[in-house]
Amino acid sequence: MGQKLLMKGNEVIAEAAIRAGCRHYFGYPITPQTEIMHYMAKRMPAVGGVFLQAESEVAAINMVYGAASTGHRVMTSSSSPGISLKQEGISYIAGAQLPAVIVNIMRGGPGLGGIQPSQSDYFQATKGGGHGDYHMVVLAPASVQELYELTVEAFNIADRYRIMTMILGDGVLGQMMEVVNFRDEEKIETFDKSWAANGHDNKREHNMITSIHLDPAVLEQWNIGLQNKYKLISQNEQRYELYNCDDAEIILVAYGSVARICKGVIREAAEQGIKLGLLRPITLFPFPTDAFDKVLDIPKAFLTVEMSSGQMVEDVRLTIEGRKPVYFVGRMGGMIPTVKDIMSKVKEIKEKHD
Amino acid sequence: MAVVFKAPHALVDVPMHYCPGCTHGIAHRLIAEAIDELDIEGKTIGVSPVGCAYNNYLYFNCDMVQAAHGRAPAVATGIKRCLPENVVFTYQGDGDLAAIGTSEIVHAATRGENITVIFINNTIYGMTSGQMAPTTLLGQMTTTTPFGRDPKVNGFPIRVSEMLATLEGPAYIERVSLHDVRHIKKAKEAVKKAFRVQLAGKGFSLVEVLSTCPTNWGLSPVEAMKRVEREMIPHYPLGVFVGANLEV
Repeated sequence: MGQKLLMKGNEVIAEAAIRAGCRHYFGYPITPQTEIMHYMAKRMPAVGGVFLQAESEVAAINMVYGAASTGHRVMTSSSSPGISLKQEGISYIAGAQLPAVIVNIMRGGPGLGGIQPSQSDYFQATKGGGHGDYHMVVLAPASVQELYELTVEAFNIADRYRIMTMILGDGVLGQMMEVVNFRDEEKIETFDKSWAANGHDNKREHNMITSIHLDPAVLEQWNIGLQNKYKLISQNEQRYELYNCDDAEIILVAYGSVARICKGVIREAAEQGIKLGLLRPITLFPFPTDAFDKVLDIPKAFLTVEMSSGQMVEDVRLTIEGRKPVYFVGRMGGMIPTVKDIMSKVKEIKEKHD
Repeated sequence: MAVVFKAPHALVDVPMHYCPGCTHGIAHRLIAEAIDELDIEGKTIGVSPVGCAYNNYLYFNCDMVQAAHGRAPAVATGIKRCLPENVVFTYQGDGDLAAIGTSEIVHAATRGENITVIFINNTIYGMTSGQMAPTTLLGQMTTTTPFGRDPKVNGFPIRVSEMLATLEGPAYIERVSLHDVRHIKKAKEAVKKAFRVQLAGKGFSLVEVLSTCPTNWGLSPVEAMKRVEREMIPHYPLGVFVGANLEV
């Protein structure tokens, strides 16, 4: 059963959000994610939801903050420069412990950069981005089908932990068309929303949503609570794919659309008698350290491949802690690493370690 | 014994942190009385600003959401779009609303967002200790205009109500003052009307409240009240700018 459709990545994100029970979307146009808005503008009225084009990314994220305060499922989306503008609101959402979903379909930077795909917002997404000691959960899909699955999951994670969850994709994923299998119905879990500011109806004490605690002792306790939540998420929510790792000489580490290129590299290498594997983080925060524990003893080296100057590679090194050599190859500015780029690095590493 | 005067239920019975002679307390009371009289506490969600009133979520008995500096109209929009049957108000000062939050207030107003904004104009930043606000009068001394506001350097004070009144979105905009009892009573009626406009689904309502800041003005409470009448009202005339004939 279900429904099999050929759809564009950005549109699948929007459709998945609606299927997950999201009825409020606030956004501002920016390439290469604007199809999410277009889809929401058409579909939301049909399902009795709200689509609102905000006056800025800053306003959009604060509308999300307000909507999330009421306990409703809510989403915004943008691309790199727009996500920078949203950092203020993201920090407040983290501080006030509100559940919400945000999408970043990354493009090359810094500054206005370009509109071609990139993975250069990894640090911003996984290390906080705004001010204060906080994290979002960051999910990194690698196919249109996974955009669907992980967008639905993003709402559940957000509600389960009262946290902002980010879908971190790139321009390739947002713009490409693939077949997606939709389920007939989503299982929408119900969560306790007794904390929400939705009118006390004279039946309870007034609820207050806030991120300010001027007493440092109180603020420290609040922060300890946040850190405990991140530890719990790290225990419960690590997701990853291990592909062809069992007897790999080198394990490639890549996420998102780059992981797909790496699968091509693995096939090409096999034809040349080189055994490669792939460790694909699906959660970037929490970083899937469990996956590295599983495969650490197998390869001679790890090779991280990114569309950046080398951001995730820092987490790979922190996880491996010098127990195996870690190499990096990447392209920047909207250029996509080719099979040839990666193969030449593989051969260089192989020569060094054979 | 018959009770002839009591604290409004919509105010929490705790001491407020405001300075002596500051009119925030009066403004809070007027909002709470309006909420009580319209019997809407259970369905009201207030949005707290950044500024001296940052923690007025502790003072209002309705549900409250604290917003980032200037963003209250966007936060209120998010709340109202989720809960169109509820009553949503923001409480914002002149730094919050007329400087960093100019974009948010203009666009909430032009959308005709069905929310109520209580705009406290005391021509100065209070919480950060007396800097120039967009509403600071020409010649007024502040910690960032120590020789008085000079239009060649700092430009001119913004008349928010008149500016927003040029838009088609707002349903009701009035400027009131808290400098004496007669004006406080008029202010109360304006706040109540603003909530009634929202309840009737008419759209955006804003009440600009001329207020005092004795501490940062360097005046006694009594002198501060006199300054509102003598210096502020001539620049910020009282009256209804939108919705004078609106019956709700």
